[in-house]
Amino acid sequence: MSWRVLTERLTTGWVVAVSLVVMLLTGVVAAALVHRSLPIVQDHSLGALLGGSEWRPMQGRFGFGPFILGTVWVTVLAMAMAVPVCLLAAIYLAEYARAATRAVVRPLLDVLAGIPSVVYGLFGVLLLVPLVSDHVAPWAARHLGSLPGATPQEGYSTGYCLLTGAIVLAMMVAPVIISIADEVLRGVPVAMREASLAVGATRWETVKHVSLRYAAPGLVASVVLGFSRAFGETMAVLMVVGNVATSPKSVFDPAYPLPALIANNYGEMMSIPLYDSALLLAALILMVTVLAFNLAAQGVLVLARRRAAQ
Amino acid sequence: MNRRLLEEGFFRGLMVLSVAAVVGGLLVIIAVITAKGARSLDWAMLTQVPHGGYYLGKEGGVLNAIVGSLALAIGATALAALFAFPVCLYLQKDYAGQSKLAAFVRTSLDLLWGIPSIVYGAFGFSVLLYLGMRASLLGGIIALTLVELPIMARAMEEAVRMVSQDLKEASYAMGGTRWETMRKVVLRQAMPGILTAVLLAFGRGIGDAASVLFTAGYTDNLPRSLLDPVASLPLAVFFQLGTPFPEVQGRAHASAFILLAIVLIISVISRLLGAKVSKYSVR
Repeated sequence: MSWRVLTERLTTGWVVAVSLVVMLLTGVVAAALVHRSLPIVQDHSLGALLGGSEWRPMQGRFGFGPFILGTVWVTVLAMAMAVPVCLLAAIYLAEYARAATRAVVRPLLDVLAGIPSVVYGLFGVLLLVPLVSDHVAPWAARHLGSLPGATPQEGYSTGYCLLTGAIVLAMMVAPVIISIADEVLRGVPVAMREASLAVGATRWETVKHVSLRYAAPGLVASVVLGFSRAFGETMAVLMVVGNVATSPKSVFDPAYPLPALIANNYGEMMSIPLYDSALLLAALILMVTVLAFNLAAQGVLVLARRRAAQ
Repeated sequence: MNRRLLEEGFFRGLMVLSVAAVVGGLLVIIAVITAKGARSLDWAMLTQVPHGGYYLGKEGGVLNAIVGSLALAIGATALAALFAFPVCLYLQKDYAGQSKLAAFVRTSLDLLWGIPSIVYGAFGFSVLLYLGMRASLLGGIIALTLVELPIMARAMEEAVRMVSQDLKEASYAMGGTRWETMRKVVLRQAMPGILTAVLLAFGRGIGDAASVLFTAGYTDNLPRSLLDPVASLPLAVFFQLGTPFPEVQGRAHASAFILLAIVLIISVISRLLGAKVSKYSVR
Protein backbone atom coordinates (compact mmCIF):
# COMPACT_ATOMS: atom_id res chain seq x y z
CA MET A 1 0.00 0.00 0.00
CA SER A 2 2.59 2.53 1.03
CA TRP A 3 4.60 1.82 -2.12
CA ARG A 4 1.57 2.73 -4.20
CA VAL A 5 0.97 5.90 -2.24
CA LEU A 6 4.63 6.86 -2.57
CA THR A 7 4.53 6.33 -6.34
CA GLU A 8 1.38 8.44 -6.52
CA ARG A 9 3.00 11.26 -4.55
CA LEU A 10 6.21 11.15 -6.58
CA THR A 11 4.45 11.16 -9.95
CA THR A 12 2.15 13.98 -8.86
CA GLY A 13 5.21 15.98 -7.87
CA TRP A 14 6.78 15.28 -11.27
CA VAL A 15 3.62 16.30 -13.12
CA VAL A 16 3.20 19.54 -11.20
CA ALA A 17 6.88 20.47 -11.29
CA VAL A 18 7.20 19.94 -15.04
CA SER A 19 4.01 21.91 -15.67
CA LEU A 20 5.29 24.84 -13.63
CA VAL A 21 8.54 24.78 -15.61
CA VAL A 22 6.58 24.85 -18.88
CA MET A 23 4.41 27.66 -17.54
CA LEU A 24 7.46 29.76 -16.73
CA LEU A 25 9.40 28.86 -19.88
CA THR A 26 8.00 31.66 -22.07
CA GLY A 27 8.90 34.14 -19.36
CA VAL A 28 12.39 32.70 -18.98
CA VAL A 29 13.11 32.95 -22.70
CA ALA A 30 11.76 36.51 -22.79
CA ALA A 31 13.68 37.53 -19.67
CA ALA A 32 16.95 36.13 -21.03
CA LEU A 33 16.52 38.00 -24.31
CA VAL A 34 15.61 41.24 -22.52
CA HIS A 35 18.60 40.88 -20.23
CA ARG A 36 21.01 40.28 -23.11
CA SER A 37 19.63 43.06 -25.29
CA LEU A 38 19.64 45.69 -22.53
CA PRO A 39 23.23 46.89 -23.22
CA ILE A 40 22.39 48.12 -26.71
CA VAL A 41 19.08 49.69 -25.68
CA GLN A 42 20.91 51.60 -22.94
CA ASP A 43 23.56 52.75 -25.40
CA HIS A 44 21.26 53.76 -28.26
CA SER A 45 17.64 54.84 -27.93
CA LEU A 46 15.05 52.25 -28.90
CA GLY A 47 13.55 54.67 -31.41
CA ALA A 48 16.89 55.16 -33.15
CA LEU A 49 17.43 51.41 -33.27
CA LEU A 50 14.01 50.56 -34.71
CA GLY A 51 13.81 53.55 -37.04
CA GLY A 52 17.46 53.81 -38.06
CA SER A 53 18.33 52.74 -41.56
CA GLU A 54 22.09 52.37 -41.22
CA TRP A 55 23.54 48.97 -40.33
CA ARG A 56 27.29 49.34 -39.68
CA PRO A 57 28.17 47.27 -36.62
CA MET A 58 31.89 48.10 -36.98
CA GLN A 59 31.10 51.79 -36.45
CA GLY A 60 28.57 51.06 -33.74
CA ARG A 61 25.55 51.88 -35.93
CA PHE A 62 22.66 49.49 -35.55
CA GLY A 63 19.58 50.57 -37.51
CA PHE A 64 16.99 47.82 -37.77
CA GLY A 65 14.81 49.76 -40.21
CA PRO A 66 15.62 47.85 -43.42
CA PHE A 67 15.38 44.48 -41.67
CA ILE A 68 12.03 45.23 -40.08
CA LEU A 69 10.74 46.52 -43.41
CA GLY A 70 12.05 43.39 -45.15
CA THR A 71 10.32 41.10 -42.66
CA VAL A 72 7.05 43.00 -42.87
CA TRP A 73 7.08 43.15 -46.67
CA VAL A 74 7.88 39.51 -47.28
CA THR A 75 5.29 38.40 -44.70
CA VAL A 76 2.53 40.69 -45.94
CA LEU A 77 3.17 39.68 -49.55
CA ALA A 78 3.10 36.00 -48.60
CA MET A 79 -0.16 36.44 -46.71
CA ALA A 80 -1.72 38.31 -49.62
CA MET A 81 -1.03 35.26 -51.77
CA ALA A 82 -1.85 32.60 -49.20
CA VAL A 83 -5.00 33.90 -47.51
CA PRO A 84 -7.51 33.85 -50.41
CA VAL A 85 -6.33 30.45 -51.65
CA CYS A 86 -6.23 28.97 -48.14
CA LEU A 87 -9.67 30.22 -47.15
CA LEU A 88 -11.21 28.93 -50.39
CA ALA A 89 -9.51 25.57 -49.90
CA ALA A 90 -10.68 25.41 -46.28
CA ILE A 91 -14.26 26.26 -47.29
CA TYR A 92 -14.14 23.52 -49.90
CA LEU A 93 -12.83 20.96 -47.41
CA ALA A 94 -15.31 21.90 -44.69
CA GLU A 95 -18.45 22.54 -46.72
CA TYR A 96 -18.25 20.83 -50.10
CA ALA A 97 -15.76 17.96 -50.07
CA ARG A 98 -16.92 14.37 -49.70
CA ALA A 99 -15.54 12.38 -46.79
CA ALA A 100 -13.28 10.47 -49.19
CA THR A 101 -11.74 13.69 -50.52
CA ARG A 102 -11.14 14.98 -47.00
CA ALA A 103 -9.55 11.69 -46.04
CA VAL A 104 -7.01 12.20 -48.83
CA VAL A 105 -6.39 15.95 -48.56
CA ARG A 106 -6.08 16.32 -44.76
CA PRO A 107 -3.12 13.90 -44.44
CA LEU A 108 -1.46 15.61 -47.42
CA LEU A 109 -1.76 18.92 -45.55
CA ASP A 110 0.00 17.29 -42.60
CA VAL A 111 2.78 16.14 -44.92
CA LEU A 112 3.08 19.65 -46.33
CA ALA A 113 3.31 21.05 -42.79
CA GLY A 114 6.05 18.56 -41.96
CA ILE A 115 8.39 19.29 -44.87
CA PRO A 116 11.61 20.83 -43.49
CA SER A 117 12.17 24.49 -44.21
CA VAL A 118 15.49 23.88 -46.01
CA VAL A 119 13.61 21.66 -48.44
CA TYR A 120 11.20 24.52 -49.15
CA GLY A 121 14.21 26.79 -49.53
CA LEU A 122 15.95 24.43 -51.94
CA PHE A 123 12.73 24.09 -53.92
CA GLY A 124 12.67 27.87 -54.15
CA VAL A 125 16.27 27.99 -55.35
CA LEU A 126 15.81 25.21 -57.90
CA LEU A 127 12.45 26.15 -59.39
CA LEU A 128 11.15 29.55 -58.29
CA VAL A 129 14.33 31.64 -58.55
CA PRO A 130 14.92 30.82 -62.25
CA LEU A 131 11.18 31.12 -62.92
CA VAL A 132 11.05 34.62 -61.44
CA SER A 133 14.27 35.86 -63.00
CA ASP A 134 13.71 34.39 -66.49
CA HIS A 135 9.97 34.69 -66.92
CA VAL A 136 8.04 36.62 -64.26
CA ALA A 137 10.37 39.64 -64.03
CA PRO A 138 10.71 40.20 -67.80
CA TRP A 139 6.94 39.77 -68.16
CA ALA A 140 6.28 42.29 -65.41
CA ALA A 141 8.77 44.72 -66.96
CA ARG A 142 6.88 44.54 -70.25
CA HIS A 143 3.29 44.61 -69.01
CA LEU A 144 3.13 46.21 -65.57
CA GLY A 145 5.10 49.37 -66.33
CA SER A 146 2.65 51.75 -64.69
CA LEU A 147 2.23 49.79 -61.45
CA PRO A 148 4.55 51.06 -58.68
CA GLY A 149 6.52 48.31 -56.99
CA ALA A 150 5.55 45.64 -59.48
CA THR A 151 8.35 46.07 -62.01
CA PRO A 152 12.01 45.13 -61.63
CA GLN A 153 14.45 48.03 -61.59
CA GLU A 154 16.27 48.24 -64.93
CA GLY A 155 13.99 45.48 -66.15
CA TYR A 156 16.05 42.78 -64.52
CA SER A 157 15.91 40.64 -61.37
CA THR A 158 18.24 37.93 -60.07
CA GLY A 159 15.24 35.98 -58.84
CA TYR A 160 16.55 36.14 -55.28
CA CYS A 161 13.95 38.66 -54.22
CA LEU A 162 10.89 39.55 -52.13
CA LEU A 163 8.51 37.84 -54.54
CA THR A 164 10.31 34.49 -54.44
CA GLY A 165 10.59 34.63 -50.66
CA ALA A 166 6.90 35.41 -50.39
CA ILE A 167 5.87 32.51 -52.66
CA VAL A 168 7.93 30.03 -50.62
CA LEU A 169 6.52 31.47 -47.41
CA ALA A 170 2.95 31.31 -48.72
CA MET A 171 3.39 27.61 -49.46
CA MET A 172 4.77 27.04 -45.97
CA VAL A 173 1.95 28.73 -44.06
CA ALA A 174 -0.83 27.25 -46.21
CA PRO A 175 -1.22 24.02 -44.18
CA VAL A 176 -1.34 25.99 -40.91
CA ILE A 177 -4.06 28.35 -42.12
CA ILE A 178 -6.11 25.66 -43.90
CA SER A 179 -6.07 23.25 -40.94
CA ILE A 180 -7.27 25.83 -38.42
CA ALA A 181 -9.78 27.44 -40.80
CA ASP A 182 -11.19 24.00 -41.68
CA GLU A 183 -11.55 23.14 -37.99
CA VAL A 184 -13.29 26.47 -37.32
CA LEU A 185 -15.69 26.04 -40.26
CA ARG A 186 -16.54 22.51 -39.17
CA GLY A 187 -17.63 24.02 -35.85
CA VAL A 188 -20.49 25.93 -37.49
CA PRO A 189 -23.70 24.18 -36.33
CA VAL A 190 -25.32 22.07 -39.03
CA ALA A 191 -28.73 23.39 -38.01
CA MET A 192 -27.73 26.92 -39.02
CA ARG A 193 -26.69 25.75 -42.48
CA GLU A 194 -29.87 23.75 -42.85
CA ALA A 195 -31.98 26.74 -41.92
CA SER A 196 -30.35 28.68 -44.75
CA LEU A 197 -30.61 25.84 -47.28
CA ALA A 198 -34.25 25.27 -46.30
CA VAL A 199 -35.30 28.77 -47.34
CA GLY A 200 -33.80 28.17 -50.77
CA ALA A 201 -30.28 29.56 -50.51
CA THR A 202 -27.63 27.95 -52.70
CA ARG A 203 -24.65 26.36 -51.00
CA TRP A 204 -22.39 29.29 -51.75
CA GLU A 205 -25.00 31.71 -50.41
CA THR A 206 -25.17 29.62 -47.26
CA VAL A 207 -21.39 29.77 -46.95
CA LYS A 208 -21.35 33.50 -47.60
CA HIS A 209 -24.19 34.54 -45.32
CA VAL A 210 -24.13 31.89 -42.60
CA SER A 211 -20.88 29.92 -42.24
CA LEU A 212 -18.41 32.73 -42.97
CA ARG A 213 -20.28 35.15 -40.75
CA TYR A 214 -20.52 32.67 -37.91
CA ALA A 215 -16.91 31.52 -38.26
CA ALA A 216 -15.43 34.97 -38.90
CA PRO A 217 -13.53 35.38 -35.59
CA GLY A 218 -11.99 31.91 -35.90
CA LEU A 219 -11.02 32.54 -39.50
CA VAL A 220 -9.34 35.80 -38.49
CA ALA A 221 -7.45 33.85 -35.83
CA SER A 222 -6.31 31.25 -38.37
CA VAL A 223 -4.93 34.01 -40.59
CA VAL A 224 -3.19 35.72 -37.67
CA LEU A 225 -1.58 32.45 -36.58
CA GLY A 226 -0.40 31.90 -40.15
CA PHE A 227 0.98 35.43 -40.19
CA SER A 228 2.98 34.94 -37.02
CA ARG A 229 4.33 31.63 -38.32
CA ALA A 230 5.50 33.37 -41.47
CA PHE A 231 6.98 36.28 -39.53
CA GLY A 232 9.63 34.17 -37.82
CA GLU A 233 10.41 31.68 -40.58
CA THR A 234 14.14 31.69 -41.15
CA MET A 235 15.91 29.20 -43.37
CA ALA A 236 13.57 28.93 -46.34
CA VAL A 237 13.27 32.70 -46.71
CA LEU A 238 16.96 33.29 -46.07
CA MET A 239 17.84 30.98 -48.97
CA VAL A 240 15.80 32.82 -51.61
CA VAL A 241 15.28 36.41 -50.54
CA GLY A 242 18.68 37.83 -51.48
CA ASN A 243 19.78 39.28 -48.13
CA VAL A 244 20.68 42.82 -49.14
CA ALA A 245 20.11 45.35 -46.37
CA THR A 246 18.23 48.03 -48.31
CA SER A 247 14.61 49.03 -48.22
CA PRO A 248 13.09 47.14 -51.16
CA LYS A 249 11.39 49.36 -53.76
CA SER A 250 9.71 46.60 -55.73
CA VAL A 251 8.80 42.95 -55.28
CA PHE A 252 11.73 42.07 -57.55
CA ASP A 253 14.25 43.67 -55.20
CA PRO A 254 16.15 41.65 -52.63
CA ALA A 255 15.30 42.12 -48.95
CA TYR A 256 16.91 41.16 -45.65
CA PRO A 257 14.41 39.96 -43.02
CA LEU A 258 15.20 39.93 -39.28
CA PRO A 259 15.45 36.14 -38.88
CA ALA A 260 17.95 36.00 -41.75
CA LEU A 261 20.00 38.75 -40.09
CA ILE A 262 20.27 36.67 -36.91
CA ALA A 263 21.01 33.43 -38.75
CA ASN A 264 23.72 34.94 -40.95
CA ASN A 265 25.60 36.80 -38.25
CA TYR A 266 25.06 35.15 -34.91
CA GLY A 267 27.96 33.11 -33.57
CA GLU A 268 30.64 35.13 -35.34
CA MET A 269 30.00 38.52 -33.83
CA MET A 270 31.94 38.22 -30.60
CA SER A 271 34.71 40.73 -31.38
CA ILE A 272 32.46 43.68 -32.23
CA PRO A 273 31.03 45.49 -29.21
CA LEU A 274 27.25 45.35 -28.82
CA TYR A 275 26.83 43.23 -31.97
CA ASP A 276 25.65 40.25 -29.96
CA SER A 277 23.30 42.44 -27.95
CA ALA A 278 21.91 43.89 -31.19
CA LEU A 279 21.17 40.45 -32.63
CA LEU A 280 19.44 39.34 -29.45
CA LEU A 281 17.39 42.52 -29.61
CA ALA A 282 16.38 41.38 -33.11
CA ALA A 283 15.32 38.03 -31.65
CA LEU A 284 13.39 39.85 -28.93
CA ILE A 285 11.59 42.01 -31.52
CA LEU A 286 10.59 38.84 -33.39
CA MET A 287 9.42 37.13 -30.24
CA VAL A 288 7.39 40.07 -28.92
CA THR A 289 5.67 40.61 -32.27
CA VAL A 290 4.81 36.95 -32.65
CA LEU A 291 3.61 36.64 -29.05
CA ALA A 292 1.36 39.67 -29.40
CA PHE A 293 -0.22 38.26 -32.54
CA ASN A 294 -0.58 34.80 -31.03
CA LEU A 295 -2.14 36.03 -27.80
CA ALA A 296 -4.70 37.99 -29.79
CA ALA A 297 -5.45 35.02 -32.04
CA GLN A 298 -5.73 32.58 -29.14
CA GLY A 299 -8.10 34.94 -27.35
CA VAL A 300 -10.33 35.15 -30.40
CA LEU A 301 -10.22 31.35 -30.86
CA VAL A 302 -11.17 30.70 -27.24
CA LEU A 303 -14.14 33.07 -27.55
CA ALA A 304 -15.19 31.41 -30.81
CA ARG A 305 -14.94 27.92 -29.31
CA ARG A 306 -16.92 28.97 -26.25
CA ARG A 307 -19.64 30.36 -28.49
CA ALA A 308 -19.63 27.22 -30.63
CA ALA A 309 -20.03 25.08 -27.52
CA GLN A 310 -23.21 26.87 -26.46
CA MET B 1 -31.89 32.57 -60.62
CA ASN B 2 -29.36 32.04 -63.34
CA ARG B 3 -26.97 34.53 -61.78
CA ARG B 4 -27.12 32.79 -58.42
CA LEU B 5 -26.20 29.47 -59.96
CA LEU B 6 -23.44 31.16 -61.93
CA GLU B 7 -22.00 32.61 -58.73
CA GLU B 8 -22.22 29.18 -57.10
CA GLY B 9 -20.36 27.59 -59.99
CA PHE B 10 -17.77 30.37 -60.12
CA PHE B 11 -16.79 30.11 -56.47
CA ARG B 12 -16.94 26.34 -56.51
CA GLY B 13 -14.51 26.40 -59.41
CA LEU B 14 -12.20 28.76 -57.50
CA MET B 15 -12.29 26.45 -54.48
CA VAL B 16 -11.42 23.36 -56.46
CA LEU B 17 -8.58 25.31 -58.07
CA SER B 18 -7.32 26.37 -54.63
CA VAL B 19 -7.29 22.83 -53.29
CA ALA B 20 -5.62 21.67 -56.49
CA ALA B 21 -2.98 24.42 -56.13
CA VAL B 22 -2.14 23.39 -52.56
CA VAL B 23 -1.99 19.67 -53.30
CA GLY B 24 -0.21 20.36 -56.60
CA GLY B 25 2.36 22.49 -54.77
CA LEU B 26 3.14 19.57 -52.48
CA LEU B 27 3.55 17.17 -55.40
CA VAL B 28 5.77 19.62 -57.31
CA ILE B 29 8.04 20.09 -54.27
CA ILE B 30 8.44 16.34 -53.82
CA ALA B 31 8.95 15.82 -57.55
CA VAL B 32 11.59 18.57 -57.91
CA ILE B 33 13.59 17.49 -54.84
CA THR B 34 13.40 13.81 -55.82
CA ALA B 35 14.39 14.42 -59.43
CA LYS B 36 17.33 16.67 -58.54
CA GLY B 37 18.38 14.75 -55.46
CA ALA B 38 18.31 11.26 -56.92
CA ARG B 39 20.73 12.36 -59.65
CA SER B 40 23.54 13.01 -57.17
CA LEU B 41 22.65 10.34 -54.67
CA ASP B 42 25.00 7.39 -54.42
CA TRP B 43 26.01 4.83 -51.85
CA ALA B 44 29.00 6.87 -50.66
CA MET B 45 26.71 9.78 -49.74
CA LEU B 46 24.96 7.56 -47.21
CA THR B 47 27.90 5.60 -45.83
CA GLN B 48 30.92 7.93 -45.70
CA VAL B 49 31.88 11.05 -43.84
CA PRO B 50 33.41 13.93 -45.83
CA HIS B 51 37.04 13.23 -46.79
CA GLY B 52 39.67 15.85 -47.52
CA GLY B 53 38.55 18.25 -50.23
CA TYR B 54 34.94 17.07 -50.03
CA TYR B 55 33.66 20.60 -50.24
CA LEU B 56 35.67 21.13 -53.41
CA GLY B 57 33.97 18.16 -55.06
CA LYS B 58 36.17 15.27 -53.91
CA GLU B 59 35.26 11.94 -52.24
CA GLY B 60 32.96 11.48 -49.29
CA GLY B 61 29.37 11.61 -48.08
CA VAL B 62 27.10 13.11 -45.49
CA LEU B 63 27.00 10.26 -42.97
CA ASN B 64 28.16 12.77 -40.34
CA ALA B 65 25.04 14.85 -40.96
CA ILE B 66 22.69 11.85 -41.08
CA VAL B 67 24.01 10.46 -37.78
CA GLY B 68 24.11 13.93 -36.25
CA SER B 69 20.54 14.72 -37.23
CA LEU B 70 19.28 11.39 -35.91
CA ALA B 71 21.16 11.87 -32.62
CA LEU B 72 19.83 15.43 -32.23
CA ALA B 73 16.25 14.50 -33.06
CA ILE B 74 16.18 11.32 -30.96
CA GLY B 75 17.67 13.11 -27.95
CA ALA B 76 15.34 16.08 -28.25
CA THR B 77 12.28 13.90 -28.81
CA ALA B 78 13.04 11.80 -25.73
CA LEU B 79 13.61 14.90 -23.63
CA ALA B 80 10.48 16.59 -24.98
CA ALA B 81 8.38 13.49 -24.25
CA LEU B 82 9.62 13.53 -20.66
CA PHE B 83 8.12 17.01 -20.38
CA ALA B 84 5.12 16.76 -22.69
CA PHE B 85 3.48 13.71 -21.13
CA PRO B 86 3.26 15.05 -17.56
CA VAL B 87 2.08 18.42 -18.85
CA CYS B 88 -0.74 16.66 -20.73
CA LEU B 89 -1.71 14.82 -17.56
CA TYR B 90 -1.63 18.08 -15.62
CA LEU B 91 -4.13 19.60 -18.04
CA GLN B 92 -6.63 16.76 -17.43
CA LYS B 93 -9.48 16.92 -14.95
CA ASP B 94 -7.72 14.30 -12.81
CA TYR B 95 -4.92 16.74 -11.99
CA ALA B 96 -5.36 20.50 -12.49
CA GLY B 97 -8.07 20.46 -15.15
CA GLN B 98 -9.96 23.72 -15.25
CA SER B 99 -7.95 25.59 -12.61
CA LYS B 100 -6.41 29.01 -13.29
CA LEU B 101 -2.93 27.50 -13.16
CA ALA B 102 -3.84 24.97 -15.84
CA ALA B 103 -5.14 27.81 -18.01
CA PHE B 104 -1.75 29.52 -17.63
CA VAL B 105 0.09 26.34 -18.61
CA ARG B 106 -2.15 25.99 -21.65
CA THR B 107 -1.55 29.59 -22.73
CA SER B 108 2.17 29.16 -22.21
CA LEU B 109 2.16 26.08 -24.47
CA ASP B 110 0.28 28.04 -27.15
CA LEU B 111 2.81 30.85 -26.91
CA LEU B 112 5.78 28.47 -27.00
CA TRP B 113 4.27 26.91 -30.15
CA GLY B 114 4.36 30.29 -31.85
CA ILE B 115 7.92 31.30 -30.96
CA PRO B 116 10.11 31.05 -34.08
CA SER B 117 12.85 28.44 -33.90
CA ILE B 118 15.54 31.03 -34.63
CA VAL B 119 14.59 32.66 -31.31
CA TYR B 120 15.06 29.32 -29.54
CA GLY B 121 18.40 29.01 -31.31
CA ALA B 122 19.55 32.45 -30.16
CA PHE B 123 18.26 31.78 -26.65
CA GLY B 124 19.98 28.38 -26.54
CA PHE B 125 23.25 29.90 -27.69
CA SER B 126 23.15 32.60 -24.98
CA VAL B 127 22.51 29.88 -22.40
CA LEU B 128 25.50 27.92 -23.72
CA LEU B 129 27.68 31.04 -23.50
CA TYR B 130 26.43 31.69 -20.00
CA LEU B 131 27.34 28.15 -18.95
CA GLY B 132 30.71 28.47 -20.65
CA MET B 133 29.97 25.64 -23.09
CA ARG B 134 30.50 25.62 -26.84
CA ALA B 135 28.20 24.43 -29.59
CA SER B 136 27.64 20.73 -29.00
CA LEU B 137 25.25 17.82 -29.37
CA LEU B 138 23.90 18.59 -25.91
CA GLY B 139 23.32 22.26 -26.76
CA GLY B 140 21.56 21.31 -29.99
CA ILE B 141 19.37 18.81 -28.15
CA ILE B 142 18.32 21.44 -25.62
CA ALA B 143 17.42 24.03 -28.27
CA LEU B 144 15.60 21.40 -30.33
CA THR B 145 13.67 20.21 -27.26
CA LEU B 146 12.26 23.72 -26.89
CA VAL B 147 11.12 23.60 -30.52
CA GLU B 148 9.59 20.13 -30.22
CA LEU B 149 7.95 20.42 -26.79
CA PRO B 150 4.94 22.58 -27.72
CA ILE B 151 4.34 20.65 -30.96
CA MET B 152 4.37 17.33 -29.12
CA ALA B 153 2.37 18.53 -26.10
CA ARG B 154 -0.35 20.02 -28.28
CA ALA B 155 -0.86 16.80 -30.28
CA MET B 156 -0.49 14.59 -27.22
CA GLU B 157 -3.02 16.55 -25.19
CA GLU B 158 -5.57 16.04 -27.92
CA ALA B 159 -5.13 12.26 -27.63
CA VAL B 160 -5.07 12.17 -23.83
CA ARG B 161 -8.17 14.38 -23.60
CA MET B 162 -10.13 11.93 -25.76
CA VAL B 163 -9.87 9.09 -23.21
CA SER B 164 -13.38 8.68 -21.87
CA GLN B 165 -14.15 9.65 -18.30
CA ASP B 166 -16.05 6.36 -17.80
CA LEU B 167 -12.92 4.29 -18.37
CA LYS B 168 -10.95 6.32 -15.86
CA GLU B 169 -13.76 6.15 -13.33
CA ALA B 170 -13.91 2.38 -13.73
CA SER B 171 -10.26 2.29 -12.67
CA TYR B 172 -10.80 4.70 -9.77
CA ALA B 173 -13.79 2.64 -8.59
CA MET B 174 -11.57 -0.43 -8.38
CA GLY B 175 -9.27 1.49 -6.06
CA GLY B 176 -6.64 2.43 -8.62
CA THR B 177 -4.58 5.47 -7.72
CA ARG B 178 -4.39 8.42 -10.07
CA TRP B 179 -0.99 7.36 -11.42
CA GLU B 180 -2.08 3.74 -11.88
CA THR B 181 -5.09 4.97 -13.81
CA MET B 182 -2.88 7.21 -15.96
CA ARG B 183 -0.33 4.52 -16.66
CA LYS B 184 -2.58 1.53 -17.19
CA VAL B 185 -5.70 3.11 -18.67
CA VAL B 186 -4.97 6.56 -20.12
CA LEU B 187 -1.50 5.78 -21.50
CA ARG B 188 -2.68 2.56 -23.12
CA GLN B 189 -5.91 4.00 -24.42
CA ALA B 190 -4.27 7.11 -25.87
CA MET B 191 -1.20 5.23 -27.17
CA PRO B 192 -1.94 5.68 -30.90
CA GLY B 193 -2.32 9.43 -30.47
CA ILE B 194 0.72 9.64 -28.22
CA LEU B 195 2.90 7.79 -30.72
CA THR B 196 1.65 10.05 -33.50
CA ALA B 197 2.50 13.09 -31.38
CA VAL B 198 6.00 11.79 -30.66
CA LEU B 199 6.71 10.99 -34.31
CA LEU B 200 5.24 14.34 -35.40
CA ALA B 201 7.65 16.14 -33.08
CA PHE B 202 10.52 13.94 -34.26
CA GLY B 203 9.76 14.84 -37.88
CA ARG B 204 9.68 18.56 -37.09
CA GLY B 205 12.82 18.31 -35.02
CA ILE B 206 14.93 16.53 -37.59
CA GLY B 207 14.07 19.15 -40.21
CA ASP B 208 14.61 22.22 -38.08
CA ALA B 209 17.67 24.20 -39.06
CA ALA B 210 17.40 27.55 -37.31
CA SER B 211 17.53 26.19 -33.77
CA VAL B 212 20.64 24.01 -34.28
CA LEU B 213 22.51 26.57 -36.38
CA PHE B 214 24.47 28.01 -33.45
CA THR B 215 23.79 25.46 -30.75
CA ALA B 216 24.95 22.22 -32.40
CA GLY B 217 27.75 23.57 -34.58
CA TYR B 218 29.03 21.58 -37.55
CA THR B 219 31.77 19.03 -38.01
CA ASP B 220 32.96 16.45 -40.51
CA ASN B 221 33.34 13.82 -37.80
CA LEU B 222 30.81 11.54 -36.20
CA PRO B 223 29.77 12.65 -32.70
CA ARG B 224 31.68 10.83 -29.93
CA SER B 225 30.16 12.47 -26.88
CA LEU B 226 27.38 14.82 -25.85
CA LEU B 227 29.86 17.67 -25.67
CA ASP B 228 31.17 17.32 -29.24
CA PRO B 229 29.76 19.50 -31.99
CA VAL B 230 27.58 17.62 -34.51
CA ALA B 231 26.59 18.08 -38.11
CA SER B 232 22.94 18.00 -39.18
CA LEU B 233 21.19 17.37 -42.49
CA PRO B 234 19.42 20.74 -42.82
CA LEU B 235 22.71 22.55 -42.31
CA ALA B 236 24.46 20.13 -44.68
CA VAL B 237 21.96 21.18 -47.36
CA PHE B 238 22.48 24.85 -46.54
CA PHE B 239 26.28 24.84 -46.45
CA GLN B 240 26.80 22.65 -49.51
CA LEU B 241 24.36 24.77 -51.52
CA GLY B 242 26.44 27.81 -50.61
CA THR B 243 29.58 26.51 -52.33
CA PRO B 244 30.30 27.51 -55.92
CA PHE B 245 30.95 23.94 -57.11
CA PRO B 246 28.19 22.17 -59.06
CA GLU B 247 29.21 18.72 -57.70
CA VAL B 248 28.87 19.95 -54.13
CA GLN B 249 25.58 21.69 -54.92
CA GLY B 250 24.38 18.39 -56.35
CA ARG B 251 25.20 16.81 -53.02
CA ALA B 252 23.14 19.50 -51.31
CA HIS B 253 20.21 18.37 -53.46
CA ALA B 254 20.89 14.76 -52.52
CA SER B 255 21.11 15.69 -48.82
CA ALA B 256 17.75 17.45 -49.08
CA PHE B 257 16.32 14.36 -50.72
CA ILE B 258 17.63 12.17 -47.87
CA LEU B 259 16.09 14.57 -45.33
CA LEU B 260 12.76 14.68 -47.18
CA ALA B 261 12.74 10.87 -47.45
CA ILE B 262 13.34 10.50 -43.69
CA VAL B 263 10.51 12.93 -42.90
CA LEU B 264 8.08 11.24 -45.32
CA ILE B 265 8.96 7.76 -44.05
CA ILE B 266 8.35 8.89 -40.46
CA SER B 267 4.98 10.33 -41.41
CA VAL B 268 3.99 7.05 -43.10
CA ILE B 269 5.24 4.98 -40.14
CA SER B 270 3.25 7.17 -37.75
CA ARG B 271 0.08 6.53 -39.72
CA LEU B 272 0.63 2.76 -39.93
CA LEU B 273 1.65 2.52 -36.28
CA GLY B 274 -1.35 4.56 -35.18
CA ALA B 275 -3.69 2.17 -36.97
CA LYS B 276 -1.90 -0.90 -35.64
CA VAL B 277 -1.76 0.16 -32.00
CA SER B 278 -5.35 1.46 -31.95
CA LYS B 279 -6.45 -2.20 -32.14
CA TYR B 280 -5.78 -2.37 -28.41
CA SER B 281 -7.91 0.64 -27.51
CA VAL B 282 -11.39 0.31 -26.08
CA ARG B 283 -13.92 2.26 -28.09
